[in-house]
Amino acid sequence: MASKQKEALIDPLFNDNPISLQVLGICSALAVTTKLETSVVMSAAVIAVLTLSNLAISLMRNLIPASIRIIVQLTVIASLVIITDQVLKAFMYEISKQLSVFVGLIITNCIIMGRAEAYAMQNGPGMSIIDGLGNGLGYSIVLLFVGFFRELFGSGKIYGVTVLGDWYQPNGLMVLAPGAFFLIGIFIWMNRVWKPDQIEAE
Amino acid sequence: MQETLSLAVKAMFVENMALAYFLGMCSFLAVSKKVDTAIGLGAAVIFVLGVTCPLNNLMYNYILREGALSWTGVESLATMDLSFLNFLALIGTIAASVQIVEMTLDKYAPALYSALGIFLPLIAVNCAILGASLFMVERDYSFSESAVFGLGSGVGWALAVIALAAIREKMRYSNVPGPLRGLGITFIVTGLMAIGFMAFAGISL
Repeated sequence: MASKQKEALIDPLFNDNPISLQVLGICSALAVTTKLETSVVMSAAVIAVLTLSNLAISLMRNLIPASIRIIVQLTVIASLVIITDQVLKAFMYEISKQLSVFVGLIITNCIIMGRAEAYAMQNGPGMSIIDGLGNGLGYSIVLLFVGFFRELFGSGKIYGVTVLGDWYQPNGLMVLAPGAFFLIGIFIWMNRVWKPDQIEAE
Repeated sequence: MQETLSLAVKAMFVENMALAYFLGMCSFLAVSKKVDTAIGLGAAVIFVLGVTCPLNNLMYNYILREGALSWTGVESLATMDLSFLNFLALIGTIAASVQIVEMTLDKYAPALYSALGIFLPLIAVNCAILGASLFMVERDYSFSESAVFGLGSGVGWALAVIALAAIREKMRYSNVPGPLRGLGITFIVTGLMAIGFMAFAGISL
């Protein structure tokens, strides 16, 4: 794999993470992460939509008039999300109930709009797919990290299997909203201790 | 009347869009650096939510839901279920309303318009707006309920963003550890605010 493609795939994981550095797509990252299972399904859905929307918009990039590009992008994304939603309802009904409105909210997930606007509008379809995949994976890493710890400390389970026994008193705060905020804060903290060049200037 | 009030309080405090459902987080974090811009965006969100939620309610009840087209009197339409088009239709209304707000502000309040800058068009992709409409569909609100819910959630979101902006302005004088500076500490502060708002959870009118 050429280094440019590798860069587009690997960079969004920690160097240019969509959540912790680009500040995109935080809404859904917090809401669906009370359990690892929902985080996994949500990550898969976002990766699928992001990759396909990058591909579709990249293919059409020379046909879209600049003045109406937002509407065009929204329509492409909304159609892909509708497909994802229908697939989830057909094959994973229970989980789609738990995700409730947050599948629909992939439409307004800024990662997807952001990548379409910033990358797919300027680059060819091949690179756009890789970029979509990379950013989707970067998003998934944060989701899985937060989902793992919220489920572990919030209910003593991992992927629905109890790992911390009866002795463990579940920490209810982790499954509530504040727990998610703290965990993402801690993720950003660790990421920036590791990569000091991301530290914001005072 | 009491039910309406209770719904409004619930939307504003107990189920605060930003702090309990994490909706609209992107602009929530991006615009909360200064109180002035936070107030501007908060007002815009209140307005857009207050308009789109009831509009989408009408559209859902008279066009999209199963059997909604029976008012046309055409037999083949009476059992039509268009609810799979929900997302597209709802986001369409929202994008159009945002466009109208943008043009109005540009004409009558140019100072606010330039202060909001890029964030105004981005309201269209603010999850709080679409989220409120989707909650409205999921919970099957009536027209008046959806208006109250829309306005209430908008006010709640605006309150949260203004409060966070005020805290961040103060925080400029504190010595935050390097890697936590900026985004990291903002998340922790938001978490603490969310704990604060959880105190409202017991309120029922």
